Amino acid sequence: MGKIQLTKVRKAFGEVDVIPGIDLTIEDGEFVVFVGPSGCGKSTLLRLIAGLEDTTSGTIEIDGKDATNLPPAKRGLAMVFQSYALYPHMTVRKNIAFPLKMAGMDQAEQDRRVERAAKVLNLSNYLDRRPGQLSGGQRQRVAIGRAIVREPAAFLFDEPLSNLDAALRVGMRQEISELHQSLKTTMIYVTHDQVEAMTMADKIVVLNAGRIEQVGAPLELYNYPRNLFVAGFIGSPKMNFIEGAEAAKHDAHTIGVRPEHIAVGDGPWEGVVGLSEHLGSDSFLKVAVEGIGTLTVRAPGEVNAHHGDRIRLAPAGKIHRFNTNGMAL
Amino acid sequence: MARALSHRRMWITTAAAWAVALLIFFPVLWMILTSFKTEPSAVAMPPQFLSADWTLENYAEVWARSDYPRFFWNSVVIAVGSTLLGLVIAIPAAWAMAFVPGRKTKDLLMWMLSTKMMPAVAVMIPLYLIFQRLGLMDTRIGLVLVLMLMNLPIIVWMLYTYFKEIPGEILEAARMDGANLWNEIAHVLTPMALPGIASTMLLNIILAWNEAFWTIVLTTTRAAPLSAFIASFSAPQGLFYAKLSAASAMAILPILILGWFSQKQLVRGLTFGAVK
Amino acid sequence: MSTHSSRLAARMMVAPSVVLLLIWMIVPLAMTLYYSFRLYRLLSPDRTGWVGFNNYLWFFNSPDFWLALFNTLALVGGVLVITVVLGILIALLIDQPVKGQGFLRILVIAPFFVMPPVAASIWENLFMHPQNGLFSAIARGFGAQPILFLEQYPMLSVIGIVSWEWLPFATLILLTALQSLSSEQLEAAEMDGASAFARFRYIILPHMTRAITVVILIQTIFLLGIFGEIFTTTQGGPGSASTTLPYMIFKQAIAAKDIGRAAAGGIIAVILANIVAYFLMRGLGRNLEN
Repeated sequence: MGKIQLTKVRKAFGEVDVIPGIDLTIEDGEFVVFVGPSGCGKSTLLRLIAGLEDTTSGTIEIDGKDATNLPPAKRGLAMVFQSYALYPHMTVRKNIAFPLKMAGMDQAEQDRRVERAAKVLNLSNYLDRRPGQLSGGQRQRVAIGRAIVREPAAFLFDEPLSNLDAALRVGMRQEISELHQSLKTTMIYVTHDQVEAMTMADKIVVLNAGRIEQVGAPLELYNYPRNLFVAGFIGSPKMNFIEGAEAAKHDAHTIGVRPEHIAVGDGPWEGVVGLSEHLGSDSFLKVAVEGIGTLTVRAPGEVNAHHGDRIRLAPAGKIHRFNTNGMAL
Repeated sequence: MARALSHRRMWITTAAAWAVALLIFFPVLWMILTSFKTEPSAVAMPPQFLSADWTLENYAEVWARSDYPRFFWNSVVIAVGSTLLGLVIAIPAAWAMAFVPGRKTKDLLMWMLSTKMMPAVAVMIPLYLIFQRLGLMDTRIGLVLVLMLMNLPIIVWMLYTYFKEIPGEILEAARMDGANLWNEIAHVLTPMALPGIASTMLLNIILAWNEAFWTIVLTTTRAAPLSAFIASFSAPQGLFYAKLSAASAMAILPILILGWFSQKQLVRGLTFGAVK
Repeated sequence: MSTHSSRLAARMMVAPSVVLLLIWMIVPLAMTLYYSFRLYRLLSPDRTGWVGFNNYLWFFNSPDFWLALFNTLALVGGVLVITVVLGILIALLIDQPVKGQGFLRILVIAPFFVMPPVAASIWENLFMHPQNGLFSAIARGFGAQPILFLEQYPMLSVIGIVSWEWLPFATLILLTALQSLSSEQLEAAEMDGASAFARFRYIILPHMTRAITVVILIQTIFLLGIFGEIFTTTQGGPGSASTTLPYMIFKQAIAAKDIGRAAAGGIIAVILANIVAYFLMRGLGRNLEN
């Protein structure tokens, strides 16, 4: 139904190789998240799959058929854009029905599908409004509605939540996850937010400078990052990296310790608290440790350390080891 | 204290602004007033304002002595026709420039604009000869073509600036939704850009209505619009001020009224979409 | 950011406009170029032939030509300066909180709707006429001799008339730009101790750069070809005092019936327009970048 296979896909804008060559398989029904810093090529990769950009070389197969040179409309994919890209001059009903109208579907079937999608997305009361009269979350739902009525082989999401405020974002994240569970259709989701990636994905593809750094399930990436980039990108707050003598003790060029894997109390490391943020549930501390540098520590909420306090720290979890090339040992 | 001062300042600026506006408008006002005076009253010294002899006679006479409705209809056909034809040709071009820009797009736009810098007089004779050869002389279709070509660069440029305000993602969404190029332009782009298209249309109707070189050179009677009407009227009539004013008023009032009613769109159009 | 097919479609969509404009530009231009090297007088249609650069030399050797060139540039430059400066001042005035702003705008915009022959005839007859014009009445009211505008100051009079026609355009564009300036910026400048003049010089004027550019660009395009106003009022005179390049060409074609010379003049006018366009685009093109 919605298996997508990329083989040696390359994209160059003029002289610049934005994507030097990617091989990737997305299984039918999978929720795949492309994540990476801005400019890493994740949106370009999505647009290549959508057909909004030409591939410079390589092939894109959808359901086993070569789709590399098909126009977007013929690929059977639906896309939800960052700005939602709703048609401002059409009502919600017409927005959602637009792809059906373009497909030449008869009016009764159009109405039936629009009503059904509206019901799923709680939009039934808004069908005769224009996008301009809707809230951000409702617009997002309309964009999703427009995508699902076509019953596409796969959904493409391009940073769909970045225009919503923090509270709505959590809600929509869950809605999209639930939608995936009920539809069981392939979804490809682009974001720069690793929390979205961790919470939603079946499979995360970490991209950097147009290259795939690692592909895997969220916890796999968290527990076994293949290199420094993935280790630093996945997890929040960011993993602490320590070089020099301390790393040499572990027979590595660099070691990485996640903030949540450092215990406050007794231990080999001693330092002065610089910044302390008390969230209630957790306390984030920045501690200047002699001979190592500044470490970020995620301590339980009851730890009561403040600026200027001297505390001792101990690693209390996995220590990640990396060689001189930044690859995990 | 501060409030009283600013209140006074507002009245001063209001008075100043009204004085300036009336000064700019005064020639038109004076022409309209003169058109309602008898001929002796129109040239009386000192000029008569309220004490003038008012009459509608001038309009009646101009109406009787010339075929005003024909001139008027020619103006409408030429102005609206050239604008609509221009839009049909320019919308696809502006779509391409705004949404599929290349390295040469800006240059192309500037080149189009530069074709307007060619003085009409410079190509008067060739065009005259071409018109004779093609039998376009004194035809409305000929003038529609010429005025369309004259204003095409302006139409393309204005539409381009309006289209650029529309996010490309919406057109991409339409493409993903299965729209072909025609659907994309007809069902998504054009309705979204309607205010801009309306402004463009208005401005170009006015420019075409007021064009007074080709409309005079390339017509004699059948296709002559109001610009030719006024040109013919002022020459032999000599110094009949009141009638000249009445004829002038009849030539400009249709567009003046249209312009006033659609002022908001027009001001948007006047800025050629280049000033926000 | 596009695909091969959309780029191909784009070319096909631009093609009609480009092809039409190319024909519109090249065919008459080529014919004009051809005639400019020919002897072609309507009064002696039998004598024809190639004359090399004679038609051009006639222009360059004619003292009228240099005057016409000067007049053309004076007309463009004069109208630009007047409309931009007055336009800024009026825009600043109307932008103040004044009563009846909407109606004010209607009054100010009116001259733009007046077609050139009508505008010229209003000014010539109702205002500048030495016997019956309003100006002469005013002069007499003060016991002075009426000024013979079109006889004594023909070029200045034409510049005045054309400026009146284009003032609404400049004012409205500049006003639109002015209204888009956030008042917070001006308030911040005021808090920073900027005087009214400094606020104008460092905040308002830079904000209007783009608008001023558009005014200059569009007006130059239209002003280079100004013809009707001169035709209606001074007929290029007295003598050649108010003859511009377009009008001089017109005189060669219609009065002297010398098509060859008129064509040479046309080519010179096109070259002049291109020079002006070049400097305009170079000097102002940057301001139009978004």
